[in-house]
Formats: sequence, structure tokens, C-alpha cells
Amino acid sequence: MAFEGLTERLQKTMEKLRRKPKVTDADLRETMREIRLALLEADVNFTVVKNFVKTVQEQAVGAEVLKGLNPAQQIVKIVNEELTKMMGETAVPLNKSDHIPTVIMMVGLQGAGKTTTAGKLALRLKNEEKARPMFIAADIYRPAAITQLKQVADSIDVPVFDLGTDVDPVEIVRQGMEVAKEHHNDYVIIDTAGRLQIDEALMDELANIKELAHPDEILLVVDAMTGQNAVNTAEGFDEKLDITGVVLTKLDGDTRGGAAMSIRAVTGKPIKFVGEGEKMENLDVFYPDRMSSRILGMGDMLTLIEKA
Amino acid sequence: ARFRSVDEDFFDDLEELMIESDVGYEMAVRLSDELREEVKLQNAKSTQEVSNVIIEKMVELYEEAGANEDDSIHLAEQGPTVIMFVGVNGAGKTTTIGKLAARYKQAGQKVLLAAADTFRAGATEQLEVWAQRDGVDIVTGPENSDPAAVVFDAVKKAKDDHYDILFVDTAGRLQNKVNLMNELAKMKRILTREIPSAPHEVLLVLDSTTGQNALNQAKLFKESTDVTGIVLTKLDGTARGGIVLAIRNELHLPVKFVGLGEKVTDLEKFDASDFVYGLFKGLVNVQ
Ligand SMILES: Nc1nc2c(ncn2[C@@H]2O[C@H](COP(=O)(O)OP(=O)(O)OP(=O)(O)O)[C@@H](O)[C@H]2O)c(=O)[nH]1
Ligand SMILES: Nc1nc2c(ncn2[C@@H]2O[C@H](COP(=O)(O)OP(=O)(O)OP(=O)(O)O)[C@@H](O)[C@H]2O)c(=O)[nH]1
Ligand SMILES: [Mg+2]
Ligand SMILES: [Mg+2]
Repeated sequence: MAFEGLTERLQKTMEKLRRKPKVTDADLRETMREIRLALLEADVNFTVVKNFVKTVQEQAVGAEVLKGLNPAQQIVKIVNEELTKMMGETAVPLNKSDHIPTVIMMVGLQGAGKTTTAGKLALRLKNEEKARPMFIAADIYRPAAITQLKQVADSIDVPVFDLGTDVDPVEIVRQGMEVAKEHHNDYVIIDTAGRLQIDEALMDELANIKELAHPDEILLVVDAMTGQNAVNTAEGFDEKLDITGVVLTKLDGDTRGGAAMSIRAVTGKPIKFVGEGEKMENLDVFYPDRMSSRILGMGDMLTLIEKA
Repeated sequence: ARFRSVDEDFFDDLEELMIESDVGYEMAVRLSDELREEVKLQNAKSTQEVSNVIIEKMVELYEEAGANEDDSIHLAEQGPTVIMFVGVNGAGKTTTIGKLAARYKQAGQKVLLAAADTFRAGATEQLEVWAQRDGVDIVTGPENSDPAAVVFDAVKKAKDDHYDILFVDTAGRLQNKVNLMNELAKMKRILTREIPSAPHEVLLVLDSTTGQNALNQAKLFKESTDVTGIVLTKLDGTARGGIVLAIRNELHLPVKFVGLGEKVTDLEKFDASDFVYGLFKGLVNVQ
């Protein structure tokens, strides 16, 4: 990966800094240039990177030199801390309603992983809380979307409410909510169709579903391989729906996942879960420190601090 | 002279715009350097002149990276043409097959689809819906069966029943999963064993919202299945798909089609100048 060259470059910069008693402006600038590159290569949004670098630089300039750390180590430490802080510090649990059912709505671009994640969440709730979730099949557009959800649901033994593809999704959700109440399901998970945040008609549909179902949790599902555009998507969905959390999928790949940082920066909403495979078991809670390590390369960060 | 005073800012903006289109940092710096040189060389002054020079140069750079390649679809000289689709999860493989099959069908060809994604929930049914919409035939296999068996059945049927073209849909897979990449290579070998010139195309389907990881995707899929071209999907959104410039440059893979929506008609042949205009939209004027 391109990052290897970058790590070496960063290491070289660090070497140079090693013997110095304090961080000079020039040192700082050079190091920050490498950090900026690392973040851009990890797909963190350009503007987010600019702001982040500024913050770190301010911190580093004002920072007292800690005992036992040389200037290089100190910069890396600050970067790592700031990044982790920015990613949200601790894992945030799922919102829960004080009366059943807790309603969870899955939203996002086409192919992000909504339907798969809906299944994973239901399984998790079943395993952890012996919950009795129900799905509402509100994607009437994608070919065989309902069949897909039903197959997912069958594999984890969860009921699906659907009305085929000829009924308006808002009406499907209305009737589905009634059925869930009758059956005393403690969770309702609404699977919606993928859509672009610039598609007004379809975004209005989501707003209408929200108004009707009063979801406790609106999860924006985002593909971890997303590039610079992650901010547009996150902003678009958040402005329209005031999302409550984010799920980052396909982290089992070799992407650095900078989208996580972009989304967090523009929405301030917590990333609650990460998808790490296609199987129903492959859902993990989000650990901000792990994610910041991944974006910058923690192995690399640790070695850098040790070697510097 | 007026332009001279603003040109550094202009090229900074250009570089930023390219980074924000996922062109990648290094590539963006390199390209904006080349564009700056070209603008000087051509002595372009007005914004319009500069715009024209930039677009022309970018298209030239894109095409240069792929000299001696062609972006058309290779057809079999005789017997069925086989086109295999590969890519990561959710990129748009199945949808693109649905769109492309409709085109060939309308052109009077006898079209067959192979539902070789036996893994993902509802994948076979999804392709079946497309087959029905398009009015074309399809070969399927049982859920969780060996996808290679579906490929075998389909290629045999294509030969025996004299189909003109066979589209092979495969399950999405991330390029770092070695076993799954081997499985893909195996499917490709079966095609070649049955029809020595097949597959005539292996199209990598790439989601235009993808960032720098797309380069890894292209590299590893190319290694395992000799990808012959790219389909860039979801360009109807706000992403610009700039990473294909780096892919073109490093791996010499041409983009053959772009996906512009979910409807059957939302597929177009790739046009380098349209693409470049899209990349610089808002900064350079379209003439
Ligand atoms: N490797 C991997 N694949 C995933 C993950 N999550 C989802 N997928 C795959 O991504 C593809 C798309 O997932 P879906 O759940 O259909 O996505 P969606 O958002 O519901 O798609 P639309 O309804 O078409 O908008 C499928 O192939 C899934 O198996 C993940 O965490 N890792
Ligand atoms: N807006 C838009 N959506 C698209 C385009 N192409 C595909 N999609 C949508 O993206 C989602 C995923 O498409 P699929 O064709 O199922 O993708 P795939 O690569 O076959 O997915 P897997 O088989 O799960 O790996 C679906 O909701 C499609 O409707 C496009 O060009 N534009
Ligand atoms: Mg879905
Ligand atoms: Mg598919």
C-alpha cells in the first residue's frame, strides 16, 4: 500500500527530530505535512484534515515537553490523542426507548450494507437481551429487496412485516408498527431502500417515515471504503433526518477507513457499530481508539513513538 | 495580465478540487503541475482559455495512459461472447448486468445470465427479477451451492443453445480475501476451459464513491482475474470517481461504462471529456 512509503517518510522526519531538545516551528511543519498526507491517503476529507492539522499544531506549539518524551514522540502522542478524542473516545450504546418497541431505522446510500446490518443488529439484540425484534420491509424499489431481507430474517429466526412492492413505504411502516404493537415486539428495525442524499423525493419519504414511526435510533450506514464524498452523504442525511448514529461497514477489507473521521467531524454523531464481514455475527461495537489507530496505522504509531 | 495574478490560487483550487474528487494527493499534485505548465505553454489567459486548455490536456493525459487500448467490448469471433463481472460488495455488479443485458437484447442478441452469486441473501432472486424485466434467460443454482457449478452449467448452455452473449454475475468480495479471490479465478478457468477465448471481458465494477482503496481493488482483481475494463457506477450521486485516473495511470485499465442510476436505461458508454468536465465542475467553464 501507498502508506508504507509514507510511514518511512514519517519515520525519517522523526529521526531528524530525535536529538533536538525542543520542537521548532520548522520541525512541526514538516511532521504535520506527513500527518496531513497520511490522513489524505486514508481518505479523510480534505477540509477535515485541514482543520485537524491546525488543531494539532496549536496543541503542539503550546505543549510543555513532557518528561521522558522527545519532541517527535510528543507530536505523535498529541496526534493520536486528538484523533481519538475526535472519534468520540468511548463506545456509545444503542438508544433504547422506555416503552416497547424501540424503533431503529436503517438509512444510507445504495449498497452500503443496510439490509445486512439490520440482520446483524437483530441477531445481536437476540443474543444479548433475548430480544424479540421484528423487521419492516420498506424497500419497495431494489429488485428482490424483500426476498433478501426475508432470507436474512429466516437465517436468524426473526419475523418480517411486508406488504409487497405496490404499497407506499410510509404506509408499510404505519401498518408494520401496528403489527409490532399487537405482537409486543420489543424492537422494530425498519429496512429502507438505498438512496442518494440529493434525491429529494426519496429523502422526503424517509422524513415521513421518521415522523410516523418516531425512531429512537436512525442509523446511517456507510461503506468504510468511501472517499472524500463521505461528508456530503453524512451532511445530507443528517440535515434531513437528524441521524442518531452511524454504522461503518466492510471494515474487514484493507481500507484505512478515513470516512469515519470525516463523518464524525461533520455530524458529531457517534459511530456505534462496525461491520466486519458478510455473516450475521460480523458486527462489533465501535472503538474510537482502534479506529484512529487504523486511520493512522497504530502499529506504525507505536513503533514511531518507540523509535523516535 | 489579470489572470496571471490569480493563477496560483486557481491552481490551488484545482488541486483541492481534484483531491476532493478522490483523485488522490500525489496524482492531484502531479496533474495540477502538468496543467500549470500546459497553461503557460499555450499562453492561455482568460478563464475560458484556461478552462479549455485544462480539459483538453486532461483528456489527452487520460487517453495517453491507455494508448493502444480500446474501450469497446470485445466480442467472440464465433460462438458466445462471455462477460464476467467482478467487484467488492455492493458496487453494482448485478444492476449493471441487468442494464447491459437489456441493451444487447434490444440489439437483437440472444442473451443468457449466470447467477453465480449463490452466497448473498436474495442475490439469485435479484438477478432473476432483472432477467424477467429484460426478457432474457437465466441459469441459477441452489442457495450456497458451488458458484463454479453455475458457471459451468451456464457456459455449457450458452454453447449448446447458441446464445450470442453470456453475462456472469459473481458474489461481491473484498480483494484482501484470498480464498474468495481464488474462487473467482476458478470460475474464470472454467469459462476458459469450455470456451478457450472466454471470458472475452472481465469487468471490474467500481463504486464511484470509493476512495483510495479502489486502487487496491483494481490491482488485486486484476491479478486474480485479468480484468479488462471498469464500470464506474453511481455517478449520478455527488461523488466524482477521480480514483479512476490513478487506476488508468498505474494499471492501464480503461473505464468502459458508467452507471447513472438504478433504472435499466441508466448506463452510458464512458466518455473521457464528460468525465473530466464532471471532475472540474464548478471551477472550469464548459464550452
Ligand atoms: N465484507 C463485507 N460485506 C458486507 C458488510 N456489510 C454488508 N456487506 C455486503 O455488502 C453488500 C451490500 O449489502 P446490503 O445489505 O445489500 O446493502 P444495502 O445498503 O441494503 O443495499 P441497498 O438496499 O441496495 O441500498 C452485500 O454483498 C453484503 O453482503 C461487511 O461488513 N463486510
Ligand atoms: N444511484 C445508483 N445506484 C446504483 C447504480 N448501480 C447500482 N446501484 C444500486 O446499488 C445497490 C447495489 O447494487 P447491486 O447491483 O446489488 O450491487 P452488487 O455489486 O451486485 O452487490 P453484491 O452482489 O451484494 O456484491 C442497489 O441498490 C442498486 O440499485 C448507479 O449507477 N446509481
Ligand atoms: Mg437493502
Ligand atoms: Mg450482486
